[in-house]
Amino acid sequence: MQINRGGPVYDVVVIGSGAGGGTTVKVLTDLGVSVALIEAGPMLNPAKDFKEHMWPSQLKERGAGAGGATYFGKGPAFGPFLAPNGYWDIEGEPYTVAPGNEFRWFRSRILGGRTNHYGRISLRFADYDFAPYSRDGLGTDWPVTYDEISPYYDKAEAFIGVTGTKEGIRSAPDGIFQTPPPPRVHEVLIKKSCDKLKIPCIPTRLAIITKPLNGRAACHYCGQCGRGCVTASNYSSSQVQIFPAMKSGKLTIFPNSMARELITNGSGKVTAVSYIDKDTRTERQIKCRTVVLAASACESARLLLNSKGPGYSNGLANSSGVVGRYLTDSTGYGLSGYVPALEGRGRYDDDGFGGMHMYIPWWEWDKKNKTFPRGYHVEMGGGYSMPNVGSFHGTCRSHEGYGKSLKDAIRNGYGNTVGLSGRGEMIPNENTFCEIDPTVVDKFGIPVLRFHFKWTDYEFKQVRHMHENFTNIIEGMGGRVLGLRNPERESSGISVGGTIIHEIGTVRMGNDPKTSALNKYCQAHDVKNVFVADAGPFVSNPDKNPTLTICAMAWRTSEYLAEELRKGNV
Amino acid sequence: MSNSNENTSRRDLFRNVALAAVLGGLDVEAAQHVHTTAAAEKATTGAYKAKLLNAHEYQTMQKLADLILPADEHSKGALDAGAVEFIDLLCSQNPELASIYTGGISWMDRAMEKRYGKDFVSASAEQRTALLDLIAYRKNDSPELGPGIVFFDWARKMVVDAFYTSAIGVKDVGYMGNKGASEFKVSQEAIDYVVKRSGL
Repeated sequence: MQINRGGPVYDVVVIGSGAGGGTTVKVLTDLGVSVALIEAGPMLNPAKDFKEHMWPSQLKERGAGAGGATYFGKGPAFGPFLAPNGYWDIEGEPYTVAPGNEFRWFRSRILGGRTNHYGRISLRFADYDFAPYSRDGLGTDWPVTYDEISPYYDKAEAFIGVTGTKEGIRSAPDGIFQTPPPPRVHEVLIKKSCDKLKIPCIPTRLAIITKPLNGRAACHYCGQCGRGCVTASNYSSSQVQIFPAMKSGKLTIFPNSMARELITNGSGKVTAVSYIDKDTRTERQIKCRTVVLAASACESARLLLNSKGPGYSNGLANSSGVVGRYLTDSTGYGLSGYVPALEGRGRYDDDGFGGMHMYIPWWEWDKKNKTFPRGYHVEMGGGYSMPNVGSFHGTCRSHEGYGKSLKDAIRNGYGNTVGLSGRGEMIPNENTFCEIDPTVVDKFGIPVLRFHFKWTDYEFKQVRHMHENFTNIIEGMGGRVLGLRNPERESSGISVGGTIIHEIGTVRMGNDPKTSALNKYCQAHDVKNVFVADAGPFVSNPDKNPTLTICAMAWRTSEYLAEELRKGNV
Repeated sequence: MSNSNENTSRRDLFRNVALAAVLGGLDVEAAQHVHTTAAAEKATTGAYKAKLLNAHEYQTMQKLADLILPADEHSKGALDAGAVEFIDLLCSQNPELASIYTGGISWMDRAMEKRYGKDFVSASAEQRTALLDLIAYRKNDSPELGPGIVFFDWARKMVVDAFYTSAIGVKDVGYMGNKGASEFKVSQEAIDYVVKRSGL
């Protein structure tokens, strides 16, 4: 294999272009630092790649995929309309799961990564989320406090644009908010049902702008955020951070480049990043003063574990042995209900945001003697959404039959179902981690990850709590729970590990180099010019979607890194 | 698959682009994308030639689709919505799906011949619905009817998908979105109506 070792030395090589990589690129180029960005997938072209505003009938297969792939559980992840975002399975790039374990790993291979399609839910961690061990004796405290991170939440929110309202709820700290859209009709009902149960239900906190911001147009309420937004009215690192940074003259992007290994040349520091140019399957190197890993928690762990040399046969920045450990995903549980009160309310354009206009933050954060530790938040769906392949399979199953009565049932039932989805905190456990599979490599010859994943009783009990409360909310509005009213087993319906796509914690930070890989600035204890800016550093996985915290932490790490570069410390 | 509603959708697309351009968020390439999309939409017009199903199978599916979602006082039916074209196209791309349909159609013909001495197409309307009244419900599952019930489930869900993803079906259920707007408004009348009905 030919190895190209020429080329300039970059101040910083950033690996990965999602929320962490995008934020790092934005902050560093603003500060005048020269950055090379390595992305394992192609460049993004929103004008060509996004299917915003298309009808299913404009696709030959109406969105069922070639050969009706979706009927067989195949085809593009989350359907054919979504922004090009990634895959549950990538040809030639496998991962393995240890026998007796279940885990699915969603990976992105495109500029912007998962931010091109993600749910845009933007929740601050609460003050107590940074000190979980101090509160209940489980897990580990973070080496940073809410007060240290809060200014970076401010910066991230102000820049990317997040909706919300000041609520003063401790589990859901207020931030720098744009005005959210009003609740939809079914969301008003859900809120009223919650009010009766004394469960808070508050305006949505999504990274979608309702007023123009930094040249980006306000939302036009087509409800299709997941498809990618041609007006960049929601946050994606590609459109909001990387495209503008390209104009700085400080950014060089290497697309279709799969990072293979960090090279130290025995110097104790990383001097270059070795990567595979996918177009030619040639190995190349980029020389760097510092490197920022933002490849996603598990890919960043994989890269460190695959970077071995004299004195670090365990993987780079891994003298503690924690790299790959403390992997968690959010718990997921969903329940839907048919709500007769919604019948016959007339039709209207219900698109709004591509997501909920209200949400339920955790409400029992100060309750003693709960049956499980920590908590969850609740997302909601419903309303008149665009008919798609599969939209009425439920009615087909429940109504059966055919003819005019089926047509009437679909018309009369349309838009009357609501869904509630819980996303909760998993406690790190010793049976859940990733490691290098000793026998399998991908098509580039890079050893792949092997996953171990087990939920514990903590999560099963939490999901049971979700079930009971979702049932109460649905029935409180006169709704009928669809599916099991009383699941027999505590674990019924819990998501498969990895499928909520909130995997975090594999390169955790901490003050003690013996029990953590990174210091409080996400800088490797062992190798001073290595930083991590994805969710790998997270010490716990609170009941808030990780993206906003990835942005805030990456912002803070980037400012620290720029200052250390200036001082000549790295 | 072309009709006036889809021309409307194209208009909407252009209007969205105009809106976005006014707001300053759209570039030339995006505008070009819309033109390309519109051109692709035009190219889907013209008579459909069956790709996988033979003439008899195609005719059988037409009868079946028309029975599953017929025209009524609200809208036209599955035939006008291109349901059989949709099924034939997907079958032509997937042997597994094709055998579900060719096998299912053949099963129905055998079942009709055993009962009435005629295949599904040649039988009377009453005879056809007599069979469907059996295979359209899971409660009738038996070794004799099982394959028919499984097939009908496939046919029903795919006819339904084809119909409701067509402009006719979108209008039938009354989906009013995919337009874009400068403000999101909620009908107070609808809120009052549902709150009252919910008892909350």
